Amino acid sequence: MNLRRDVFQAIADPTRRAILLLVASQTMTAGAIAANFDTARPTVSKHLQILIECELLNQEQNGREIYYHINASGMKEVADFIEPFRKMWDDRFNKLEDVMKKYKPKK
Amino acid sequence: MEQRTKVNAETGKQDYIITRVFDLPVELLFRAHVEPELLQQWMGTTVLKWESKKHGSYQLETKDPQGKVVFRANGAIHEFVPNKKIIRTFEMENAPAGVQLEVYEFEKVSDDTSRLNMHVIFESGEKRDQVLQYGLVQGVNWAHNRLQEVLNNLK
Repeated sequence: MNLRRDVFQAIADPTRRAILLLVASQTMTAGAIAANFDTARPTVSKHLQILIECELLNQEQNGREIYYHINASGMKEVADFIEPFRKMWDDRFNKLEDVMKKYKPKK
Repeated sequence: MEQRTKVNAETGKQDYIITRVFDLPVELLFRAHVEPELLQQWMGTTVLKWESKKHGSYQLETKDPQGKVVFRANGAIHEFVPNKKIIRTFEMENAPAGVQLEVYEFEKVSDDTSRLNMHVIFESGEKRDQVLQYGLVQGVNWAHNRLQEVLNNLK
């Protein structure tokens, strides 16, 4: 449960969300990621470190460069968090529809 | 297949929006939200007090089969426009989420279909996340209750 809380803290930050969006479309080096932000390079590195610790990003050494790519299972955990809540309301609203259909005027 | 019930809860924010299109005329969708005997049927809770009007208030309660209160909530109605809009507060008693502000918008799509937009605002992002997580707990509890019902019927 501790890990899960950290994941949500990680994505609560707008810069980290922007990083995830960037890396979601393609694997990138830290330099290429940092070029998208006005923030100092060490700050971007710190954000990357947090995302790795929370298992939302993976890093891979390729020659002299380190490439970052999205960790799909980590991201799925975030999406799954909302799903039971959505399902709860969906069930409730399906029930509402069933109950109210009895009151529909006959044509 | 597109999901009929959508939840939009952006990370770090203190609100969420639920939208749903119903196979019902907007008048029936609205009635389901304001007539206690109808509300009880789909919400699965008992209505203790219900005043569907501006400055009115309401109270809900759910008991388990042993008669123990497992859920109690209350709130006040701030705006009430038939077939269009309800603004009310909602507070679950003995729960950490605090008071929520709920804005319900009822929209006619066609003669037989309607849309509900439900905007729920919390005191903080943390409190909202607690309620979103409640879905996980609730889902498990309901599954248990259903199992219990099935088992009782077998007795």
